[in-house]
Amino acid sequence: MKRLGWMTGLTGLGMVLAGALPALAEEVATTVTAAVGATPAPAAAASAVNSGDTAWVLVSTALVMLMTIPGLALFYGGLVRKKNVLSVLMQCFFLMCAVSLQWVICGYSLSFGPDLKGLIGNLDWAFLKNVGVEPNADYAGTIPHQVFMIFQMMFAVITPGLIIGAFAERMKFSAFVVFMLLWATIVYDPVCHWVWGVGGFVRKMGALDFAGGTVVHINAGIAALVAALVLGRRLGHPHKLSPPHNLPFAVMGAALLWFGWYGFNAGSALAANGLAGNAFVVTHVATAVAGLAWALMDVAFNRRMTVLGLISGAVAGLVAVTPAAGFVNVGGAMGIGLGAGVICYLFVSFVKEKLGYDDALDAFGVHCVGGIWGALATGLWATTTVNSAGANGLFYGNPAQFIIQLKAVAITVVYSGIVSFILLKLVDALIGLRATEQSERIGLDLTDHRETGYTMLD
Amino acid sequence: MKYIVAIIQPDRMDEVLERLTDKNINLVTVSSVMGRGRQGGIAQVYRSHKEAGTLLKKVKLEIAVNDEFVTPTIEAITGGARTGNVGDGKIFILDLAECIRIRTGEIGGAAIG
Repeated sequence: MKRLGWMTGLTGLGMVLAGALPALAEEVATTVTAAVGATPAPAAAASAVNSGDTAWVLVSTALVMLMTIPGLALFYGGLVRKKNVLSVLMQCFFLMCAVSLQWVICGYSLSFGPDLKGLIGNLDWAFLKNVGVEPNADYAGTIPHQVFMIFQMMFAVITPGLIIGAFAERMKFSAFVVFMLLWATIVYDPVCHWVWGVGGFVRKMGALDFAGGTVVHINAGIAALVAALVLGRRLGHPHKLSPPHNLPFAVMGAALLWFGWYGFNAGSALAANGLAGNAFVVTHVATAVAGLAWALMDVAFNRRMTVLGLISGAVAGLVAVTPAAGFVNVGGAMGIGLGAGVICYLFVSFVKEKLGYDDALDAFGVHCVGGIWGALATGLWATTTVNSAGANGLFYGNPAQFIIQLKAVAITVVYSGIVSFILLKLVDALIGLRATEQSERIGLDLTDHRETGYTMLD
Repeated sequence: MKYIVAIIQPDRMDEVLERLTDKNINLVTVSSVMGRGRQGGIAQVYRSHKEAGTLLKKVKLEIAVNDEFVTPTIEAITGGARTGNVGDGKIFILDLAECIRIRTGEIGGAAIG
């Protein structure tokens, strides 16, 4: 019966795809005609494409793809126990496939399509209809619309991926699949539209989010906390759990995240220009400072620097500088990095212990806490000398920007928190969220996937 | 016949094996194991949280010997594995009921060598 359910699901997917193909073919046909057409208008549009900008955004897209697999997959995979390593790698890889398809079918249109009352995009761009070679000047006037679409796709993929850190080692795979597809559609797409979509109401408020502090990190981070609370703690939490099974994996993962983040932040300039250069530099500086800050906090409280501490601090710095990358200078980046290392350290080390929930890999402690710090810090250090299209922050004489940032944070936390809670409860009622106690003890690799990551004997 | 089980520090293994060879004791099985002693191991800390990671890496040697080889085996192990620090390990000696060489079917002391 269970198997039949899956088969039905696959058949449905096949039908959806079959339905989409004619639309896609038609779209390609019209765009090709437009590109080679003899009329002056399409020719002018084609000439608006800048090859340098397009090349940079294509490379950035590949860099952001690398952040999810293998970056995030290795980072999380190394931190879980041996018996769950495949389940985490699987979840990351699965999202790359599933959310990419969701993005093509409706996600991109809901996020960036023509606005409906500031809340959501309509379905004019479903199945990428009307998304072709010609640039869309509303978003990026010098790169093909398709390139903007696929760059944004990688953000839509990694955001739900971040939540995995909270419920790792205990969520049933079938529940994961259903929850994530719902979350991508009902939480990510609207929030993305509010903040980045033309007509989105948070964007109209004047909130600054260069590369996804609210859309990606706070959004996923608060959903992570809710997921940790709804699913409950792992067996043996807090004191009877084994340590991370492969820290070298985690180090490689964090390093790949850092590398990919140049695409995430500098790519968000959507052009190969000075703004991209600034985003690249401040991203790097904030990350370096945050890694050092966490490591020094480790020395202060535990007498030793730890490898996991250093890489956690770096990731916290990357998260925090994300909304700020296109609005702050190097001085601001240092402040943001320092705050990220110190605040996330204190939260993960002390506050989390007091509260007692089991955010297995600190998805909330790093992404939401670091994300909120970054969003607010953008309201402190933003300066129009870096980006004339931005705004000044509190330290540059504009306290109002800090309040706007605070509002954007609050809106994201409240919406994502409440809707994530409802979706989790819904999936729990429909198919159950949590793996059985026996599955959890044996490990999800074997019980959910009938595979093991490592063999003991040849 | 005795069955000798020794738990030693991993970095002393080569020295112990060399000394066993010198005393003409070649039969040995080695495994990588985790363990702890009176000191309770070393607590590991991950993101400021101590997790259940107190066990230390050790090497376990298993050696079947005829009675006249018991003393030389103990000498080889203690000589090779002793550093004078805590954690040098232990030797356990058990009576061995029987030994059979699979290839030839030999039984008892003849099968050990």
